[in-house]
Amino acid sequence: MKKNNWLNSGFQLGAVILALLFTSGVLLIAGAPPFQAYLYIIKGTFSSVANISNVLTAWAPLLLTTSGVLITFAAGLWNIGIEGQIMVGAVFTTGALRLLQNSPLSPGWILVIGFLAGALGGALWASLAGVLKTFGGVNEIFGGLGLNFVATAFALYLIIGPWKRPGIASTSGTLIFPDRLWLPTLPKVAFSPWALGLGILIVILVYFLLRGTQFGLRLKAVGRNAKAAFLMGVPTWQYSMFAFVLCGIFAGLAGAIQVTSVYHRLTPAISSGYGFLALMVAMLINYQAVWAAPVALFFAALNIGGIQLPIVLKLDSSLSGVLQGILVLFVLLVEGARQRLFKKR
Amino acid sequence: MNVELIDIHKTFGAVHANAGINIKIPAGTIQGILGENGAGKSTLMKILSGFIQPDGGEILLDGHPVLIHSPADAIRQGVGMLHQDPLDFPPMRVIENFTLGRPGGLLTGQAEVLRDFKQLAGQFGFLLDPEAYVDSLTVGERQQLEILRLIWLGARVMIFDEPTTGISAQQKVHLFNALRLLARQGMTLLFVSHKLEDVEGLCDRVVVLRQGHLIGEAKPPYITRQLVTMMFGKEITLGERPAGCASDVILSLRKMEVEDYRMHIDETNLEVCRGEVIGLAGMEGSGQNLFLRAVAGMLRTVGGRVVLDGHDLTGRNYHIYKQNGVAFLPASRLEEGLVTGLNLTEHVILAEETTGFFINWEKGRLLTQERITEFNVKGTPANTVESLSGGNQQRALLALLRRQLALLLLEHPTRGLDIESTIYIWNKLKERCQKGTAILFVSTDLEEILQYSDRVLVFFSGKVTPPLEAATLTTEKLGELIGGKGWPESKNEGKPS
Repeated sequence: MKKNNWLNSGFQLGAVILALLFTSGVLLIAGAPPFQAYLYIIKGTFSSVANISNVLTAWAPLLLTTSGVLITFAAGLWNIGIEGQIMVGAVFTTGALRLLQNSPLSPGWILVIGFLAGALGGALWASLAGVLKTFGGVNEIFGGLGLNFVATAFALYLIIGPWKRPGIASTSGTLIFPDRLWLPTLPKVAFSPWALGLGILIVILVYFLLRGTQFGLRLKAVGRNAKAAFLMGVPTWQYSMFAFVLCGIFAGLAGAIQVTSVYHRLTPAISSGYGFLALMVAMLINYQAVWAAPVALFFAALNIGGIQLPIVLKLDSSLSGVLQGILVLFVLLVEGARQRLFKKR
Repeated sequence: MNVELIDIHKTFGAVHANAGINIKIPAGTIQGILGENGAGKSTLMKILSGFIQPDGGEILLDGHPVLIHSPADAIRQGVGMLHQDPLDFPPMRVIENFTLGRPGGLLTGQAEVLRDFKQLAGQFGFLLDPEAYVDSLTVGERQQLEILRLIWLGARVMIFDEPTTGISAQQKVHLFNALRLLARQGMTLLFVSHKLEDVEGLCDRVVVLRQGHLIGEAKPPYITRQLVTMMFGKEITLGERPAGCASDVILSLRKMEVEDYRMHIDETNLEVCRGEVIGLAGMEGSGQNLFLRAVAGMLRTVGGRVVLDGHDLTGRNYHIYKQNGVAFLPASRLEEGLVTGLNLTEHVILAEETTGFFINWEKGRLLTQERITEFNVKGTPANTVESLSGGNQQRALLALLRRQLALLLLEHPTRGLDIESTIYIWNKLKERCQKGTAILFVSTDLEEILQYSDRVLVFFSGKVTPPLEAATLTTEKLGELIGGKGWPESKNEGKPS
């Protein structure tokens, strides 16, 4: 067993090296020195307090969304709709803040209500995908994809419609909230320990939920064989719905963080792709919650580190995305190869 | 050896399993012991072979009263028993098994034993390779080995408990020939069965037990109708059922109608007793699976009522049925029964009554180990279910069932399993029956249907026969019915609507 673990680690290391080699090839074709590019990514991540703060800021919502998809994956569901769930969460948070910003409530309470509203929004949007799946027979991938478009369109409508900035309507977003409605940060940086605390709390929660509870075990049973789970007395569709709603809540909270701690307003790209990124993280860690935090941190670092590239190397900042995607692909590929190799024996 | 049982009594709690039974069997006789399941046959045989002690009564061997304390004691006194589930040692060679149980002496005298073995085997025409491993033998061959061993140990009385279970027709012929030969040599044979066909074809005389009492005796030529009347307390012709249950009715279907997109099963009436086994026979897709799933609450009935233990469950869903003690084991074990990727511990925890929110893994693991031992599953608590063999998967499924069940529904309980697993699984199922669980099972194996059922329903393109007594059926008759021939005219039959 021990030996097998080492072997597996070896395979995964191999996958990472392959991914780096492949990305290097892409960089060479684009006419950029690969080594330097990687160096800039690392520099962009760790070279200053501001950079580190940015990485941690990106880490928080990614932790939440990763936790969410770990739940839906456990239930055997591809919650592609998580992007829309973040979006609707952000919309609900923005709505709550707009409603309450001139009320006599203290900013702390307004923020709490904003987060609750975000969770509610995400849960509602997720339960829509769940209802489509359970009662409409619509595969959650298609349902989620469709709902993502609807969510984006809805946010865009609000931004250039009812919630437009006084005077001008711009797709760059709504009016920035007064800074008393910003999630409190550490002095002089954008990083909010509150956001990160929430993210870490949820990751730990999900880890224990999946590992040590009846709920987690039943969820896994439903995900792997719904028919058998049903015969064993698990209410299957209810558990699928639970998974959707739970994931939606986490996604909605991620949306709330994006509004209150990152953008301080609603923008059409408020999700920052953290939903899709979370799917990649979950696949990369083979759905093991214990690895969620470090790998999410690594992906957050890649995201932030990549921001430097356009300026210094005239490369598009999407290089980080390329690297992330290729990494996931190679890890899955190597895992598939490993399984084939060992099955034959 | 003459065997005489005088006024044998045995009670288990409130059940009077043997109530003053008197039988006198002269040497050289094949004595049939006939009776339906639970009539007290096995208890009587276990008393004679020393497995259990009677509460009262006497056993005389050749006129001398004896006390039989244990099976080893029994064989010393010349009484051997051949169990339904051969009690041998699979990882050993035939000859090693043969030598086992021989009293005294560390020196086994290999050559001598081998000579004896070959001589005995030759005498009965058994083709057994003494060097073969026992687990490579069929159940029939293992029986042969056991017979030889008992003779060699000096048995002069031999008890056969349902010996035709799980052996081929060819092996049955061999077995019967051997038994006749043994009888001619002066051996006293007790042949326990609930199959009329076998008893009539073999036995010199028959006693019939019912509910612990010796009801009557018969000699050839047998009148089947008379034997059936003795077994069930009333005359039964094909299509009739005995008057009510000995215990209470656990499941009652009243004009139940089921349908799916291609088939309609019209008004079926059925009363199932506690501890009863009902076989559902028919070609694949004749409606029996539909029927079974309806009784499990997985398929909504379109008419009539389903009453389980006094509760009307008509139209309720599977979870309600399950709460009322119904369990369903599907034919496709890995597709519907078990969750691939999860290990046995996780399965046991899933199947147990939920206690609390958090899982106590240690407790779960111990419970799983317990079940693995009890059900003889070859695996560990950490084994994923797909790593188990088919037989072990089926055992695992049985191990997952709740302790107390009112009704157990099975699709092809032993399909694809070897005979050892088949017998093992049926023994476990019978244990459940003794605790009052009624069993309905679908099978395409006619032997299995006849062997294990008390009553049989035959399905033919959505039509259902009334419950038929398994004891009155033969494979030929059953085969005809399955093929749509010879259907009884009855009010219970599916009428065109």
